[in-house]
Amino acid sequence: MNHEKSTSDGEAIVRLNKLNKHFGDFHVLQDIDLTVTPGEVVVIIGASGSGKSTLIRCINGLEEFQQGELDVDGNPLLPDGKATQALQKIRTEVGMVFQQFNLFPHLSVLDNVILAPMKVRGLSRDAAVETGERLLARVGISDQIDKYPTQLSGGQQQRVALARALAMEPRLMLFDEPTSALDPEMIGEVLDAMRELANEGMTMMIVTHEMGFAREVADRVIFIDKGRIVEEGPPETIFDSPSEAPTQSFLSRVLKH
Amino acid sequence: MLRHLGSVSLTQETLTGDPQVDFQFDWQAAFASIPHLAPGIPYTLLISFGGLAIGFIIGIIFGLLRISPTAWLRMPAVAYIEIFRGTPVLVQVLFIFYGLPQLLGGPINALVAGIAAIAVNSGAYISEIVRGGVQSIERGQREAGLSLGLSRVQTFRYIIWPQAFRRMIPPLGNQGIISIKDTSLFSVIGVGELVRQGQIYIATTFTALEVYLMVAMLYLAITLTLSLALRLLERKGLVGQ
Repeated sequence: MNHEKSTSDGEAIVRLNKLNKHFGDFHVLQDIDLTVTPGEVVVIIGASGSGKSTLIRCINGLEEFQQGELDVDGNPLLPDGKATQALQKIRTEVGMVFQQFNLFPHLSVLDNVILAPMKVRGLSRDAAVETGERLLARVGISDQIDKYPTQLSGGQQQRVALARALAMEPRLMLFDEPTSALDPEMIGEVLDAMRELANEGMTMMIVTHEMGFAREVADRVIFIDKGRIVEEGPPETIFDSPSEAPTQSFLSRVLKH
Repeated sequence: MLRHLGSVSLTQETLTGDPQVDFQFDWQAAFASIPHLAPGIPYTLLISFGGLAIGFIIGIIFGLLRISPTAWLRMPAVAYIEIFRGTPVLVQVLFIFYGLPQLLGGPINALVAGIAAIAVNSGAYISEIVRGGVQSIERGQREAGLSLGLSRVQTFRYIIWPQAFRRMIPPLGNQGIISIKDTSLFSVIGVGELVRQGQIYIATTFTALEVYLMVAMLYLAITLTLSLALRLLERKGLVGQ
């Protein structure tokens, strides 16, 4: 293994130390050590079922873990999903984009984006609308803000989902296979929006199968296999000269086409 | 209109004096009964909608307890639902009206007993409707709410419940119609609802066919109005879905 960042790095925004997760007998995550520094774009790759989605879902408490330490921006999460003030704080500071978009179908596009800023941050409707309109314009949805999610294409929905997460002014963005549910012709527009975000310096953790995108935007690529971090490093190293056999085998399968 | 059609032949039309043969449906008697049935309508409506309103509150509470991860919250809800869904509403109202006074040491008003029976009975069914509605909302909706920093309560209130409620409208309408019809059983405890008024009126006029037809029509008028109202509500609620 090749840890670029030491775990003692004082300015880390995410810190995982010997994190373990079990689903019954299944050891989903095994001794995960991981540190992410502000501004870093970390792409996590691996086969289906390797635990990569579970890993980023642990970071905002959507999945519980059983042993180890996890803290986000100095807020520690406890094992076994014990709810704490820290969990709430983490969730307000960490945005997430899901594979299935998960927009709220009963709310208009604009209402999707302004709900959390109003209810969690306590913004007035006017202030939330102002921010919301700006973010929706940024992801290219300006003329559809009064529509409902189902009236939009998948690519548009995912861009709304991105704007919704950004409206909380997160310090870290998690992406759980954001383009896997999209028709091929819509993948580009979502990746473009993410690329722009990365260029602005957002800290991002991205689970994706888009290897070309990973190579382009990642500061660091992490390869997970059977719940373990097998290898990590800059994209050129991982993609061009992976040192571990599972990484080589995975990449030879996914890069073939 | 002829009764006993099987025994009727063409020639019988000319026979007179046989009450079975020349029985005529008496529209006048039917319409004349309406003013006598009318006093039953407010009782039927009060028992139905009073009971359903309380049943809805019970249903929300027990439906949510039913899906609680905490066993000691869930078990009483399961017991309540199984008991009141698994026993006849007629037995429930008899129990409340005749049985409970023995425990309480005083009589219970028949109207109150009727409302209570509809409340506990529909409440059991509505609990299941609420549970089904809430559980039908995709897990990703809750996750999206929580990931935005909304609390569990806020996520339920602003995201899960509005969507679940829309899905609950058709089964709630169904339950409303069933409960309205169930109130017809409460003539047995002497509450002056539609059937009871019909029985009283028939006792003096012997026009059972006409009066019960009118009673049926009045139930139909109430249930159709409810159906229509729910259809409008549903259409309104479907915007954006």
